Amino acid sequence: MKPLATLKNTPPTSQVRTSHLTHRASPTGYAHLPTVDAVTLEERAAEFTKRSIKTSAKLAGLKLAVSVCDLTTLEGKDTPGKVAYLCRKALQPADAKYDVPPCAAVCVYPNMVKYARKFLDGSGTSILPVRSETHGRDARATPKVAAVATGFPSGQYPLRTKLEEVRRTVADGADEIDMVIDRCAFLAGDHAKVFDEIAATKEACGPAHLKVILETGELVTYDNVRLASEIAMQAGGDFIKTSTGKVNPAATIPVTLVMLEAIRDYFFATGIRIGMKPAGGIRNSKQALAYLVMVKETLGDDWLNPQMFRFGASTLVNDLLMQIAKQVDGNYQSSDYFSLP
Amino acid sequence: MKTKTKAVKLSAKRVVAAPSHAVVPLKERRLNFGNKWDYAHAPEDSKNYVIAPQHELFIGGKFVKPTSGKYFESINPATEQTLTTITAANADDVDSAVKSARKAYDKVWSKMSGRERGKYLYRIARIIQEKARELAVLETLDGGKTIKESRDVDLPLVAAHFFYYAGWADKLKYAFPGKTPQPLGVAGQIIPWNFPLLMAAWKIAPALACGNTVVLKPAETTSITALRLAQIFQEAELPDGVVNIVTGAGETGAALVNHPDIDKIAFTGSTEVGKAIARIVAQASSPVRPGDSNGRDARATKKLTLELGGKAANILFEDAPIDQAIEGVIAGIYFNQGHVCCAGSRLFVQEGIYSTVIKKLRDRIQTLRVGNPLDKNTDIGAINSRPQLEKIRELVQSGVAEGAELTQSSCSLPAKGYWFAPSFLTGVTHAHRVANEEIFGPVLSVMTFRTPEEAFERANNIPYGLSAGVWTDKGSKIFKMVNKLRAGVVWANTYNKFDPTSPFGGYKESGFGREGGLHGLAAYCRLD
Repeated sequence: MKPLATLKNTPPTSQVRTSHLTHRASPTGYAHLPTVDAVTLEERAAEFTKRSIKTSAKLAGLKLAVSVCDLTTLEGKDTPGKVAYLCRKALQPADAKYDVPPCAAVCVYPNMVKYARKFLDGSGTSILPVRSETHGRDARATPKVAAVATGFPSGQYPLRTKLEEVRRTVADGADEIDMVIDRCAFLAGDHAKVFDEIAATKEACGPAHLKVILETGELVTYDNVRLASEIAMQAGGDFIKTSTGKVNPAATIPVTLVMLEAIRDYFFATGIRIGMKPAGGIRNSKQALAYLVMVKETLGDDWLNPQMFRFGASTLVNDLLMQIAKQVDGNYQSSDYFSLP
Repeated sequence: MKTKTKAVKLSAKRVVAAPSHAVVPLKERRLNFGNKWDYAHAPEDSKNYVIAPQHELFIGGKFVKPTSGKYFESINPATEQTLTTITAANADDVDSAVKSARKAYDKVWSKMSGRERGKYLYRIARIIQEKARELAVLETLDGGKTIKESRDVDLPLVAAHFFYYAGWADKLKYAFPGKTPQPLGVAGQIIPWNFPLLMAAWKIAPALACGNTVVLKPAETTSITALRLAQIFQEAELPDGVVNIVTGAGETGAALVNHPDIDKIAFTGSTEVGKAIARIVAQASSPVRPGDSNGRDARATKKLTLELGGKAANILFEDAPIDQAIEGVIAGIYFNQGHVCCAGSRLFVQEGIYSTVIKKLRDRIQTLRVGNPLDKNTDIGAINSRPQLEKIRELVQSGVAEGAELTQSSCSLPAKGYWFAPSFLTGVTHAHRVANEEIFGPVLSVMTFRTPEEAFERANNIPYGLSAGVWTDKGSKIFKMVNKLRAGVVWANTYNKFDPTSPFGGYKESGFGREGGLHGLAAYCRLD
């Protein structure tokens, strides 16, 4: 394939990363990518779920998990009121006595971005400070505003409107854009088109961070996931993300492992650290800790922070908080004791 | 992560920080497996499992004191603390065990229907499942292997072997169509210390299913679980004398091999001892027993199966699923601290991916957690004994002295107990001792090749032939390699997979005879 194919009626493809594009682009396209063996991959993935995370490690892991959450609401019925709840929850997930950091971001549809921006910017001083800075970031950092875009979730829209959507969303105040790849082009074999769309979106993002959603549930095979990860990283994605949450299966541990391995190889090849965001289907603390174990044992400490790793989740946070309260207070509380997002 | 940030003015109202990609220079591209988020201790509870201060012999269904009067200490290799004392059986003790087995064979077990024998085996299997956690803890305390492995690998397989052979007990005629399978008589079985309970199951289950009785000698460093298994036999009301257990070191084993009234010797252990046993068996013969059930002269030599050492080749082709292959290499050599006869201890890497594989291996061994075997997060436990640790050290030193380069995990090792950090040696050639001798520890010898022909030629260039592994995405290459490799087991795109239905055994100096599956039944039957 030609990594930099020119499309008619589209802006020129991004030249942001020409240095490593030339490094990776080869006459054989992506034929050099390693294949993935499903059986051994899934065995390795299962090992991460068997780590026994107890006491102090559990508490630290749960807090880390909160700090990397992209608190998400992606529904047709979202309103400014709902987004206000979400933002307040992201700013201060729990009572200050639990010393819980804020979430990494809120993730909303483009039309909700301006409200999220307003609620987050306007309430910074009213938040009770968290005591320590054990969470790898400024514990009082304001959550980012992330927005899904590019015809989320299907991506079956013209590139021109996708890019316009991205520009407007960034102008409305989005710090991060979660785009979807063109699965139609990918499955039809037009990898150049997938690449070019991502590169064009990256350019349209301007200063905003770009997360590239592969929608692994529609790519189905691990080899496809590996290839799509590679394309997304080469084309300029800052993060690669598993799913929209609208397709089943969403994030799984083996799929995330394939993507982490792709990130690892890309780091060694280019020196660039790409972030990872599993999203969809991560609902409880046990799952979240298994993902963190996987990141720790696959990419190491440099990825255990909200700059390099995120969870896309809507209901996970309160389960994490319930477990944190159990660790601190010694007993479980009902859901009535945890604020709704 | 270091990120440069530059302020970008988007509108009059707000300014966002846009991280631009920091490119890490080539020399600094490494993964940092530190303690930013470390796992707390997670030890398996062992308080409820009491180990008696003294263990006796198990003969005729009872625990009896030895005529030798001798005992030796059994220690926990992770702490060097004494766990219990074990009997050192002498020739007289062995003789009484064999007599008890012969009596049980003649009076009870050979006359019992297969269906009834099967019931006992099923009962034993179920009790093992019920007591799996206790047995796993004992196995870990006594042998140094991680609780993760004794719990998730050893014990499930132990129960599976009893279940599997229980199923065959009443179907032997169907296992060998047109034949009338007959038991051999008394089987003397000598097992190693690397999988104490699992090896006992591999030996005892098929022997009993076919109607034989057994005298088992566990390894001297790992006898506790075999004697706990004896209590399970009592609980299952297995007829007295059907299984007898004599403990002790080489002397006890020699007495068993030399005993004239044994019909079959099954040995798993070192090639050196295996050769000695083969010599003894070749010279001895079973006595004529009047009234042999087939009315034939039973003066045939003792039957013998040997499962000995190995130095398996794990072969990585350029088209392999590389990250999974690395996992296979890791599992192949570091499983059970490398105390595995079929361990993938020689890694052959196709030259084109050599540097990638070495880099990935170096990172991966850094994430292996070495330490307290009872901790549920431990990946590498203790070396089984001081002599074994010294043997590993000596061989690794010879490798370095002969010019190989040693890479070790930088993990810290406990002050007490026997430990060896996960290691691999590069720059190894066939002329190195570490390419030919079984290290039986967490040490991998890495070599290279260019073509498939060269790969199997080099893989076969060894006196052993127990197992091998092939990693490639291409099915046709797998079949080509499997047909050329002289190894009893060849795993393709996986490693160290065990199942009671699958035969296991070696070529050349790795021994002869097969255990597991139908082949494993044949080793305990007379077929004519």
